[in-house]
This record gives sequence, structure tokens and C-alpha cells, in this order.
Amino acid sequence: MAGAVFSKNARSGLLMVSPPFIYAVALLAVPLGAIVLFSFWTQDYLTLITEPTLANYREAWDNPLYGELLQRSLWIAAAATAVTVVLAFPIAYFVSFHVRPERKSLWLFLITIPFWTSYLIRVFLWKVILGFNGVLNTSLQGLGLIEEPLTFILYNANAVVITLAHAFAPFAILPIFVALERIDRSLLEAGRDLGETTLMTFWRVTLPLAMPGVVAAVLIVFIPTIGDYVTPRLVGGPEGSMIANMIQVQFLRLNNAPMGAALAVIAMASVSALALLFVWLNRRFLRVKQ
Amino acid sequence: MSLRTYAVAYLIFLYLPIFLLPLFAFNDSTIIAFPLDGFTFRWFGELWTTPALHDAVQNSVFIALVTAVFSTILGICAARAGAKYDFPLKRSILGLIMVPLVLPEIIVGVSLLVVVVQLFDWSLSTWTVIAAHVLICTPFSIAILNGAFQNIDTSLEEAALDLGETPVSTFRLVTLPLVMPGIISSLLISFTISLDEFIIAFFLTGAEPTMPVYIWGLLRFPQQLPAVMALGTILVVLSIVLLVIAEYFRRKGLARAGLKDKGGFL
Repeated sequence: MAGAVFSKNARSGLLMVSPPFIYAVALLAVPLGAIVLFSFWTQDYLTLITEPTLANYREAWDNPLYGELLQRSLWIAAAATAVTVVLAFPIAYFVSFHVRPERKSLWLFLITIPFWTSYLIRVFLWKVILGFNGVLNTSLQGLGLIEEPLTFILYNANAVVITLAHAFAPFAILPIFVALERIDRSLLEAGRDLGETTLMTFWRVTLPLAMPGVVAAVLIVFIPTIGDYVTPRLVGGPEGSMIANMIQVQFLRLNNAPMGAALAVIAMASVSALALLFVWLNRRFLRVKQ
Repeated sequence: MSLRTYAVAYLIFLYLPIFLLPLFAFNDSTIIAFPLDGFTFRWFGELWTTPALHDAVQNSVFIALVTAVFSTILGICAARAGAKYDFPLKRSILGLIMVPLVLPEIIVGVSLLVVVVQLFDWSLSTWTVIAAHVLICTPFSIAILNGAFQNIDTSLEEAALDLGETPVSTFRLVTLPLVMPGIISSLLISFTISLDEFIIAFFLTGAEPTMPVYIWGLLRFPQQLPAVMALGTILVVLSIVLLVIAEYFRRKGLARAGLKDKGGFL
């Protein structure tokens, strides 16, 4: 060990981790840097002007279309995250507390299967389910529950939220489940022995201890949803389109890669800022409670 | 409402699209709506006679196979390094490798597009898609392989070394058999992810579309939709089969490592 900068163990470890690390640097860190760099360039038809400028960001700030789109995207992503996590929590709780240990992995497997299967077609089927003559409306009309087809569930933000809540379900369930599994069951017994009701035990013991899982679930749903352009495009209609749709259009149709890059940077920065704010608020909130 | 009722209702919500898929795939009508019109195999027959689809499937299967192999190899390196060694900046390095798990896919797609097309002026091809798919599949491989590698009893490897095996032959004879189920599971999962991935492939695909990119093109034509439903049905059945096999091997791996199953890939 003496003489070397790193121990033998450390050198072997670095050597072992270097292929995936170099790969991640080359195909993730460098391209991300490139996109930031690119966002300060401009493009005149097909020629790229490499003079650094804030023109794209000024354009994004001045044109109300972009601001509106970003605001709406963040709002939809937040709503979808809230719906996903709130719907997912009882399932994670059910599997962790009410399913026999040997059946738990079967439940988790059942929950993850739909997530792995044909994403495009799944999103498309939500259009079929939620449409004017869709599965939901015809079934509800058939049952005599509604007279007229419901129209507030397709081609708007609601449809996007429902579809995203479906697509990201396992991402929310699994981290919450893991956090719930870690809870020492004797703490709950202690709570009840000390005279708390089941509900209060849940509120004062289970929920705070499950919070790291909930925070992880929120982040792992919120951050990627902002980048989905398939769901808004297929079920969102004009009112439900999101920033990712605009990024895609800038790159692939308007051929204005620098503007697309600037929008991508802005979207990432906003999402990261909100995610950090959420984590910070949560820490603060939990510390006060303890 | 009891929690169990809610859980069942939630599962119905999760499986609703998958249940509907075969209904429309076998439905003898070009309109994807209720009421159903009668039973037919003709949409499956149509798939059989569409050469463009066959090319796309071939292309996607090739991409998925190469992706599965590379991301599993990278996953083995990372999982092994994470489990066995201590090195400086370990958390940051492994953290960076796992970032694609939470990064919006469109960001991965556009950033690679910028590098490949605008900076290097290379042309897009099957290999650009593979490069991106390896990037996003590696974290999943690591998540699966971590379970396998973290639980290897190091005394087994030490025993082999003491008995005169080289590090390479020890890895081949002792370590590899122990983690083999994890490797198979990782191969299957990355294959499934790559085969189904659309958002990135749409940006990076060259002249030959992948299967999801081809499906995306079909979604615009109402008369093509029943065939898409048929294709979707085949894909769902196929991915469920692959996942069941992957889950079987993952559990076998855990059992081999003498572990209790904690469930879940992620």
C-alpha cells in the first residue's frame, strides 16, 4: 500500500468501474455539456453560428408561448406526480403490511409487468379508453350512469395526467414499498401499546418513516414526466401539449437545434430547481417534526 | 372500502390497456371502439404480409440484442466494482452511471443528437440507437446485478485463489456461476427495454426505423390501427414471457446467494 497514491483495492476498483464510467462520461456528461454549449449558439437556416449569445434564452423569455408551455408542463408533471404517488401509496402499504411475505414478490411482479410492455401502444389505448366513443364512455352509457359522453377526459391535461399516472405507477410504488419494508414493526406495536389509535400510529410513526420513499417516488416520477412527448401528443390535444413536444418540434421539424437545446436546458433547470426545493422543504418539515 | 378492494381496483386500472389489446386485435372491424364486431385473424395475417414491418422488427431485435450484451457487460463491471472494492469518489462515480434512470429520455435523445449530427457530422444509424440504449439500460442492469454481486461470499473466491487459481479463472469458475442467473435476468430486461424504447430511438434512428418508430408512423393512419393492435398483442405476450423468465432467473440467483427475496427489479 505504501508509496502508491491509491491502495491496491482502490486501483482495482477504479479499473473495474472505468468502462461504465467512461461510457457514462462520453455519452452522458459530454453530450449534456454539448447541449448547454449549443444553447448559446444560433442557427441561420442550415449554418450554425458559434458566436456565443443569449438570443435563444431571450427569445424563450420574450415569447409568451414558451413560458406558458413550460408553466403548463411543470403543472401537469406536478399534478401527474401527485396523482401517481397518492394512488400508489395505499398499494405499497397494502403489499408491505397486508400481503403474506412469500406472496410479496408476486404482487410486485404483477405491478411491474404492465410497465414493461409496449409503451406506445399502451398510451394509444388510453386514447381509445378515454375517447368520445371510447371504452369508458360507452360502458358508462351502457350502464345508464351517464346520458352524454364525458368530454373532459380526452385531449386535455386531465387525459395526460391519467395516462402518466398509469405509465409511472411502478416507479412510485417500488420506492415507497422499500421504505415501508424497512420500518421496524415493533415501533408500530409500541405506538399502539402506548395508547395511540391505529390511525394515529400511521400518522405519527408509519408515514414519517415512509417519507424517504415518498420523496424518492416524487422525484423519480416528476423528473422524467417532463420529458415525455408521446403522452401529450397522443392524448393531450392542443391544451395538453408540453415543453417536450416543443423541444421535439424545434429539433426535428423547425431544424432549430440551438433553440431546442435552450428549451431543454430551461426545462431541466426548472425541474431540478423544483426537485431540490421539494427535497429541502421535506428535510425542513421532517426536522421540525422530530 | 377495504385496502384489498382498492388493490384489486388498482390492478384493473394497471391492466386495462393490456386487456383491451387482444379484444381489438381479434375484432373484425377497422374501428377501434365498442361494440365489438366478430372474431377474425386477418389483422395478424396482415402483419405477416408487411415487409416494412419485418425489416423494422429485424432492426429492433438486432439493436436489442447488442444493447443487452453491452449494457450487461458494463453492468457487471459497475456492480462488481461497487460490491467488492472501495475507491475514491465511489458514490459520485456510481451515481453518475445511474443518472439515466431518472433523466428525462428526451434529454438523452437530443443531447446525443446534437453531438452526433451537429458536432461530429456523423450520420444516424442503428449504432447511434444502440449507443443510447446501452446508456439507459446499464442502470437497470446494475440494479439487477447488484443483488447478485453484493451477496457473493468472498471466502469462496479467496479459497479458489489459495488453491492456485488465477484471478481470471477464479472469476470464470467461481464468481460467474454464482452471478449467472443475475446476468441472464439483466440480459432479458435490457433486451425488453431496448425493444420497446421509442422516445430516444425517434431522435437517433437513421434510415431504418426501429419497431416502435415504425408503430408510431402507423398510429397516424386509422386503417392501420387494427394491425397495430395485433402487433401489440404479440409484443405483450412476448414481453410477459421474457419477464417471467427474467424473474425466474433473478429469484434463482437470490436463492443461490442464500438470500430472502425482497422483490422488484428497481
